[in-house]
Amino acid sequence: MPKVVIDELRCKGCGLCTTACPHGLIRMSDKLNRQGFLPAVISDEDQEKCVSCAMCARICPDVAITIFKKVNIA
Amino acid sequence: MSSALQQVFAHPVSLKDVQTHFCPGCQHGTIHRLVAEAMDQFGVQDRTIGVASVGCSVFLYGYFDIDVVEAPHGRAPAVATGVKRACPDKFVFTYQGDGDLAAIGTSEIIHAANRGEGMTVFFVNNTTYGMTGGQMAPTTLPSQKTSTSPYGRNVANDGYPIRMAELLAQLEGVAYSARVAVNTPKNVVQAGRVVKQAFETQIQGRGFSFVEVLSACPTNWGMDPLTANARVAEEMIPYFPLATFKDTSAA
Ligand SMILES: Cc1ncc(C[n+]2csc(CCOP(=O)(O)OP(=O)(O)O)c2C)c(N)n1
Ligand code: SF4
Ligand code: SF4
Ligand code: SF4
Ligand SMILES: [Mg+2]
Repeated sequence: MPKVVIDELRCKGCGLCTTACPHGLIRMSDKLNRQGFLPAVISDEDQEKCVSCAMCARICPDVAITIFKKVNIA
Repeated sequence: MSSALQQVFAHPVSLKDVQTHFCPGCQHGTIHRLVAEAMDQFGVQDRTIGVASVGCSVFLYGYFDIDVVEAPHGRAPAVATGVKRACPDKFVFTYQGDGDLAAIGTSEIIHAANRGEGMTVFFVNNTTYGMTGGQMAPTTLPSQKTSTSPYGRNVANDGYPIRMAELLAQLEGVAYSARVAVNTPKNVVQAGRVVKQAFETQIQGRGFSFVEVLSACPTNWGMDPLTANARVAEEMIPYFPLATFKDTSAA
């Protein structure tokens, strides 16, 4: 399961999350979503690099991002 | 040992799971989220009554999963006075733009604050009348071009931008007054803390609490969302400093 879940339909393509990520992991898609915006996306490879800091989610004005963190269980 | 994924950031329960009408990059959405998050944290969702103003945030009832009263333009603090006095056990807040609160509603906000009404006011300062097409507001910055100041705000003629958080902090009835911004993750976290302090002020019955939030209006500033967000730090924060101007719990 991915750590960063971006709701493609909720995203309005403002790009604020791309500036918030300290590791520059989020970029804008070149494919329009159903509302006509270019949504934010993250590649599978960059999902692995994500540190689950949620900075992208906190700055998102549209609450389009949900964050999960890997935890060790016994 | 194996690993699992734990959710560390979720949509607040007090905020309805719906798409908003706000423009891309409009920070009304961020501010809605922070208010809803505080409602969740204090467990007051089922006893909260919101009072909506007139402006782009007029659809408060559509986005918060709470009861909302609509007030005439600028009169939200007067309506909230009635609500809080009739139902003192409810958590009562208004959510107002700068045109609403600092122009047509100047009288209502000053007197509600001065009477020390036990409400919380969220004041969204985006230096313009967003909903009606970007007219000059009392908070419009010097030289800022708007649809009614096409050559830029001329302070000799139009006066100076008004600093509401500082002004209200002078009033005896005000228990808490602060200004925050939501332009960086760090400022969003700080804004969340301040919103919660304002909630606490009301929950502890200490008096009137006020949070001014600097907010981008990309559409009426004629900027893309990233440029508009950058303007908050470059132009707004130097004139409207981020600070807590009064906190009676710290006294
Ligand atoms: C009595 C009255 N006068 C004027 C208006 C027109 N009007 C609607 S919203 C608004 C200003 C809204 O600006 P602001 O409060 O800053 O909210 P924003 O949209 O910027 O969030 C005005 C003047 C009105 N609805 N009612
Ligand atoms: S959670 Fe942090 S590291 Fe992961 S994408 Fe978002 S901002 Fe980047
Ligand atoms: S901040 Fe939110 S709305 Fe803006 S591009 Fe990122 S996910 Fe989309
Ligand atoms: S006009 Fe401005 S304040 Fe209104 S929704 Fe659009 S960006 Fe937000
Ligand atoms: Mg405004």
